[in-house]
Amino acid sequence: MRTGRCGRACRIGGFVIATLLVSGCHPAVLDPKGVVGTANSTILIDSVIIMLAIVIPTIAATLGFAWWFRAGNRRARHRPTWAYSGRIELVVWAVPLLVIILLGGVAWVGSHELDPATPITSKTAALEVDVVSLDWKWLFIYPEQHIASVNELTIPAGRPIHFRLTSASVMNAFFIPQLGSMIYTMNGMSTQLYLQADQPGDFHGLSSHYSGDGFAGMHFEVHATPPDQFATWAAAARARGPVLDPVSYGELAQQSRDVVPFTYRDVAPHLFDDIANQKMAPAPGPAVRNGAEVANGAKP
Amino acid sequence: MTLLGKLTWSAIPLDQPLPMIASAVVALAILGILGWVVASGRLPYLWREWITSVDHKRIGVMYVLLAMVMLLRGFSDAIMMRTQQALAFRAPGFLPPEHYDQIFSAHGTLMIFFVAMPFVIGLMNFVVPLQLGARDVAFPTLNSVGFWLTATGALLVNISLVVGEFARTGWLPYPPLSELAYSPGVGVDYYLWALEISGVGTLVSGVNLVTTILKIHAPGMTYLRMPMFCWTALASNLLIVAAFPILTATLAMLLLDRYLGFHFFTNTDGGNVMMFMNLIWAWGHPEVYILILPAFGVFSEVISTFSGKPLFGYRSMVAATMAICILAFMVWLHHFFTMGAGADVNAIFGIATMIIAVPTGVKVFNWLFTMYGGRIVYSVPMLWALGFMVTFTIGGMTGVLLAVPPADFVLHNSLFLVAHFHNVIIGGVLFGAFAGYTYWFPKAFGFRLHEGLGRAAFWFWIVGFYLAFMPLYVVGLMGMTRRMQQYDMPEWRPWLLLAAAGAAVILVGIVLQVVQLVVSISRRDELRDLTGDPWNGRSLEWATTSPPPAFNFAVLPTIEGEDTYWTTKQRARQQRQLADEPDYIDIEMPRNSPTGFICAFFATIMGFALIWHIWWMVIVAGVGAYATFVVFAWRDEDEYVIPANEVARLDRARRRSRTDALAAWDAVP
Repeated sequence: MRTGRCGRACRIGGFVIATLLVSGCHPAVLDPKGVVGTANSTILIDSVIIMLAIVIPTIAATLGFAWWFRAGNRRARHRPTWAYSGRIELVVWAVPLLVIILLGGVAWVGSHELDPATPITSKTAALEVDVVSLDWKWLFIYPEQHIASVNELTIPAGRPIHFRLTSASVMNAFFIPQLGSMIYTMNGMSTQLYLQADQPGDFHGLSSHYSGDGFAGMHFEVHATPPDQFATWAAAARARGPVLDPVSYGELAQQSRDVVPFTYRDVAPHLFDDIANQKMAPAPGPAVRNGAEVANGAKP
Repeated sequence: MTLLGKLTWSAIPLDQPLPMIASAVVALAILGILGWVVASGRLPYLWREWITSVDHKRIGVMYVLLAMVMLLRGFSDAIMMRTQQALAFRAPGFLPPEHYDQIFSAHGTLMIFFVAMPFVIGLMNFVVPLQLGARDVAFPTLNSVGFWLTATGALLVNISLVVGEFARTGWLPYPPLSELAYSPGVGVDYYLWALEISGVGTLVSGVNLVTTILKIHAPGMTYLRMPMFCWTALASNLLIVAAFPILTATLAMLLLDRYLGFHFFTNTDGGNVMMFMNLIWAWGHPEVYILILPAFGVFSEVISTFSGKPLFGYRSMVAATMAICILAFMVWLHHFFTMGAGADVNAIFGIATMIIAVPTGVKVFNWLFTMYGGRIVYSVPMLWALGFMVTFTIGGMTGVLLAVPPADFVLHNSLFLVAHFHNVIIGGVLFGAFAGYTYWFPKAFGFRLHEGLGRAAFWFWIVGFYLAFMPLYVVGLMGMTRRMQQYDMPEWRPWLLLAAAGAAVILVGIVLQVVQLVVSISRRDELRDLTGDPWNGRSLEWATTSPPPAFNFAVLPTIEGEDTYWTTKQRARQQRQLADEPDYIDIEMPRNSPTGFICAFFATIMGFALIWHIWWMVIVAGVGAYATFVVFAWRDEDEYVIPANEVARLDRARRRSRTDALAAWDAVP
């Protein structure tokens, strides 16, 4: 019995460690697949290295001083009244200041180069995608292709994507960790973001701002396809599925959870602008009856 | 049913075993304790000596007790969250979103407002007047009001467990999610009224302590002779006075939206959610420093005492503290770099944030050089201090990393952020609170806490902390965002299992702390400290008996420099005798007053009635609270006199034990 329990514990422990080793090599943010993500992670790693140059000596000195000056160590120099040194004061103010000046430069340059609304320099023109966060799913409108999709984002690899984003109801944040920067979506406002997938591949996207009970299900698959396949996908989407007009949008805007991806073959013109400019009323929240909230988040 | 507003039997979640069992256990425990108090005839004592006490030391102890009880509640939420995320891989786990969302909201609210805040306010209340050589705080009764209003807030949050629900919006209720349209239940109202009421309590406590530090101290206690803890307390309370009104006003605007149909933060009719973001973080960021500055003060005292040296670079430390106090107000926008403010704004706030790392770094280096040349004694407070210095340095680094906007663009709201703020709040504020609790416990009760159990608790806490939060850094870098009730990414899971194991290790640490308290109380005769100065301390709180008399000092000490009590002791050792016996005079002290307790009683009823729209009860309780204030304002006698011979009797006993201590010191070669 005793060995059995130990054996199980060891197996679970072994499983955990093995999985850590396998998965630990590829944290999504540090394994970017697009220009923006690459720049983000470069700045992230550079900043950590700059800071480690001061953090590691500080931790080492803390532990070293604490050990050497322990009460029992008679070899340590005893200076019970030593409490000031102008030179040391100068150093302790100057060192963090210099690090921060260096890091501040990184922050200034990085903020400007990686501002989400700054276009990515590229030979090909950016693809327009309008994003609407709803309770609790994502709507992606392709204004040039006149199609839309829910909870699934298909984009051509190697081409910048220009996202305009808004929210039908509460705040969310649009985030594809391997492609880089996130941005918030807010009702009555539109934000902008440029991203690019350098190579074809599938990525995980999610909402990175809590938005209510169905929040955990607000993730989406990103398919970066070769450019010609994107056209094929768009043509196929154009051929089937429902039409997104104010009526069907009103149905979509009702609260629902874990929505299975699907596409719309046509989209009413200016739908995104009407949502962002509040020509369409914000989406309703939960239904309320006699003061009590009615659960209407049943899975479809 | 309109007599009780929105309140019906359906508000009590009889169908949900978890909250019902939890609240039944808590209710039984409270009833048990109350029954024991009444049966053993201690109720009059409790009423006279604690509930109506306006003694800053008693109020400080009650604040800390409140914090420790709420820590147990907030930590059970943490255990449930870690368990849920360990189980909820492609599975619903044991908590549906409606519960899970309440649990993480309650966890954050409790831990910040009803654990961290009362813990540091309690320590400041207890220690600051003693360190200043004062008899009491500036506004003793107001102090009591402040404490009991804080307790009201904590009570309301806990009532929501049984009656109705708590907010499902996170610990800061971002609109429009927190508006009536998207959160029609009473959860957000519980949150708002609990914080409106306790926020007033915190504000009056801040006013009281600022006034005390600026106006009330012993002769000769100039600003640059104050112990470091008093400086950090001053900075922290200045921040409270400046920042808490912003919180109260912001939440009041949200209340107006929810109760009277205003449109401050609604989606429609001209509401502006960005205004909420700016206002809440204009309070929220200073709040971080309200918590951490007193912890810095505790560490300054502890490191200096246990190294047997004065604090290195005292004036530099004062400058760094006040610099942090001012800079705290200039960085709030870094909480929403990802809301599209633009490159210039982001860069300026990012750099402003980094600048705070300069005075903070100076503090770490000065603690380092305080240890240099010392003879460090590894008592439990010093262990917490060292654990802090290492842990906080890591947390500070990840904080500065998050201040770099392009890095924040991929880390904002991720579990990396969650790991960062737990790294600084547990590794900084909570370790500081535990260090202060262990350090000043003998001063408050006259006996030490059990050393061995304290060490064991420290090791479980620090190992558990690293085990629980380092994995969250990793999983944050994997793109996992916070507050997820379930997920289907297999690579996240092992790290979340590891984090759950870390929470279990911390649980052992907390159990050991409870055991430590029980064991220390039952063995108090062995652990008794008769000298009043168990750590060979340097500042004035160690100059009086443990526990100190109501009037703190028989004769107000005259201060001639920094580390006053250390100087006094040195002189006594050189001259081989104590200073001459002073002339004792009558001392006037403020009378106890039930004002605070009664005010809070009415405030609790009023808050509950407002949450459930029971308007007649709101009026009754409001009139009651006002009447309490009027009765207090028209009091005739507010002080009582302790006669000089009683003062002399108490102080002579203290002097005898000091003479014994001096003789014992002399006997050591």
